[in-house]
Amino acid sequence: MSSSLAVDRHPETRPPEQRTRRQVSTLPLVAPSVIALLLWMIVPLAMTIGFSFQRYNLLNPDAREFIGLGNFTFILSDPGFWISIGITIILVVSVLVITIGLGTLLAILFDQEFPGQGIARVLAISPFFVMPTVSALIWKNMLMHPVNGLIAQITRGLGLGAIDWFANLPLLAIIIIVSWEWLPFALLILLTAIQSLDHEQIEAARMDGAKPIALFRFVMLPHLSRAIAVVAMIETIFFLTIFAEIFVTTGGGPGLATTNLAYYIFLKALLEFDVGGASAGGLIAVILANIVAIFLMRSVARNLDT
Amino acid sequence: MSTVTLRNIHKQYTDVEIIKGIDLDINDREFVVFVGPSGCGKSTLLRMIAGLEDISSGDLLIDGERVNDVPPDKRGLAMVFQTYALYPHMTVAENMAFSLRLAGVPKQQRLERARDVARILQLEPLLNRKPKELSGGQRQRVAIGRALVRNPKVFLFDEPLSNLDAALRVQMRLELASLHDSLQTTMIYVTHDQVEAMTLADKIVVLQGGVVEQVGSPLELYHQPRNLFVAGFIGSPKMNFLTVTVSAVNDSGTTVQLPGDASVTIPVKPSSLSVGDRATLGIRPEHLRLDPNQPTLTGEVLVVERLGGETFLYVRIAGGDTLIVQTDGDNPSRTHDRAFVHINGDFCHLFDQNGESIAKTRRHHLMNETHEQPYQNRVSYQAE
Ligand SMILES: Nc1ncnc2c1ncn2[C@@H]1O[C@H](COP(=O)(O)OP(=O)(O)OP(=O)(O)O)[C@@H](O)[C@H]1O
Ligand SMILES: [Mg+2]
Repeated sequence: MSSSLAVDRHPETRPPEQRTRRQVSTLPLVAPSVIALLLWMIVPLAMTIGFSFQRYNLLNPDAREFIGLGNFTFILSDPGFWISIGITIILVVSVLVITIGLGTLLAILFDQEFPGQGIARVLAISPFFVMPTVSALIWKNMLMHPVNGLIAQITRGLGLGAIDWFANLPLLAIIIIVSWEWLPFALLILLTAIQSLDHEQIEAARMDGAKPIALFRFVMLPHLSRAIAVVAMIETIFFLTIFAEIFVTTGGGPGLATTNLAYYIFLKALLEFDVGGASAGGLIAVILANIVAIFLMRSVARNLDT
Repeated sequence: MSTVTLRNIHKQYTDVEIIKGIDLDINDREFVVFVGPSGCGKSTLLRMIAGLEDISSGDLLIDGERVNDVPPDKRGLAMVFQTYALYPHMTVAENMAFSLRLAGVPKQQRLERARDVARILQLEPLLNRKPKELSGGQRQRVAIGRALVRNPKVFLFDEPLSNLDAALRVQMRLELASLHDSLQTTMIYVTHDQVEAMTLADKIVVLQGGVVEQVGSPLELYHQPRNLFVAGFIGSPKMNFLTVTVSAVNDSGTTVQLPGDASVTIPVKPSSLSVGDRATLGIRPEHLRLDPNQPTLTGEVLVVERLGGETFLYVRIAGGDTLIVQTDGDNPSRTHDRAFVHINGDFCHLFDQNGESIAKTRRHHLMNETHEQPYQNRVSYQAE
């Protein structure tokens, strides 16, 4: 009431809505950030596209020349490229399955009341705050090391001998490490989603005779489906570019056993010094990522509708 | 046959006792309403009957069998929740048929059953909609339908109408009454709405702080409240209370001294009260009259609330107490007028120092058949 009085007393101070809308252009105000963003994106992309049509090897920079689609045909006919795509898919899918599966399970567990709940939640979420390089190093040197690693010591203590993870099961080792890093993320989102489930719905289902499994299947899972779709989308985008964990542990090996697309491009560019080939690979990766992203966006958007 | 019996039921949360020993018999086909102030344990008690909360101690019997350890779905009860608690990703038909689906009834059969129930509740055109495409009243009806599908022995309702607007609430109340009439099942209903309690109940259970204050038919609670709490809780607006001093005790009544010299004789049986004791006199706003010729008390009108058909006057009397007086809609009183209030001793209630009501010499005439035939009572009451 007091504000309306104030406005009446000073009508001239009323904000001139018309003017702000029509006459003051906002373009000069947003232009700097738009331009910076464009430069930031367009310049590297243009350069990459430019390089991808050239023969350009840093070992022999003088022999730079336009070769059309040569780099693309070379990469697409390189068996290593297809292997790396296969490994990328295996990596993404298996980590998604593990993080979402375990994440859902843990979210339901952490939703229950138990003593020390607060601390347990913080602990469960903390791996997410460890940077990938560091967590990969920890796993490599403290957990999975065939001599000093905790896992090896335990299995040896049980008389089972030790596994040399990075030599014998390299891809599985990477999957475990990445899952460990991303499980907290899935857990966090799914836990908040599960906490938003109306408790009376669960009770209604119990009255209807739902046992825990039916309860999960018919009430919780449908409620979580949105959150799961969002987690899947965000994680996929990050998993397509996993790099640090591979770089720190296996270096893409043995052979090409843990070389994903990102690492393949890195190998091309920095170990073979083939800028042209690496750019072509990068563009292929961008196109693939966009295709995946479009599919994911579609499915998530549809999910958010219903 | 479906009776529910509570024997010394307790509920303890880690360190607080919420339900402090409740004994209650609910007869077959009875409509029982739990009322009480917020936080008194109505929902907790209902949920213990449903099996959603453990019973800390005491026995819960359904049809004479102890069911303390029987899971909720095996007790033969169905519950309607305040927030409806429909499954948002299922259609109306699937919502209603969910319990049958869990029980392994074939699809054809369970959808048929859902359709039958939908017919009773006029939900047929909505069977393929999702809950979010329904109005509040329709959702509530689906929730009732979901309970109906299971053919329960006892229906439990936890404030089922409190999320509806006033008009819809009246309509749903009537529908519930006729549903009870046609199904003839036992129903237990939690509310803090007076009107719902008075109109729907065969038997009202007034709870406070985890104990039963009084159990009785709506009119019994209205005419013979057992203590100050029930007297103040039942009836709207609230009963007026005045502190009085006993000046004479006879077989036919007790005379008390009101603030400001006037005295009133109340037809109650002789009791622990003796001359000189302090007591509390209670009289409902609808039983006070404005009468300049025989004023018992005089005071100043502080507020006039006109509802159209009736008018409530808030009158401050000598000694500072405020009385609420209900008069008809045409009453010309205005703020700051002088009001002459007549108190008829026949309508008064008298409470001793402990707040316990003192028995009247006569029962109210509508109450004589109450105990023998509780179901008849509702009919006669509604016809009134
Ligand atoms: N899980 C719990 N732990 C401890 N105390 C609880 C718990 N659940 C309920 N209570 C307490 O039990 C008391 C009764 O709760 P209840 O929900 O039965 O009240 P109510 O009579 O239904 O009230 P309302 O009319 O507001 O719904 C409240 O004081 C509440 O604080
Ligand atoms: Mg409640």
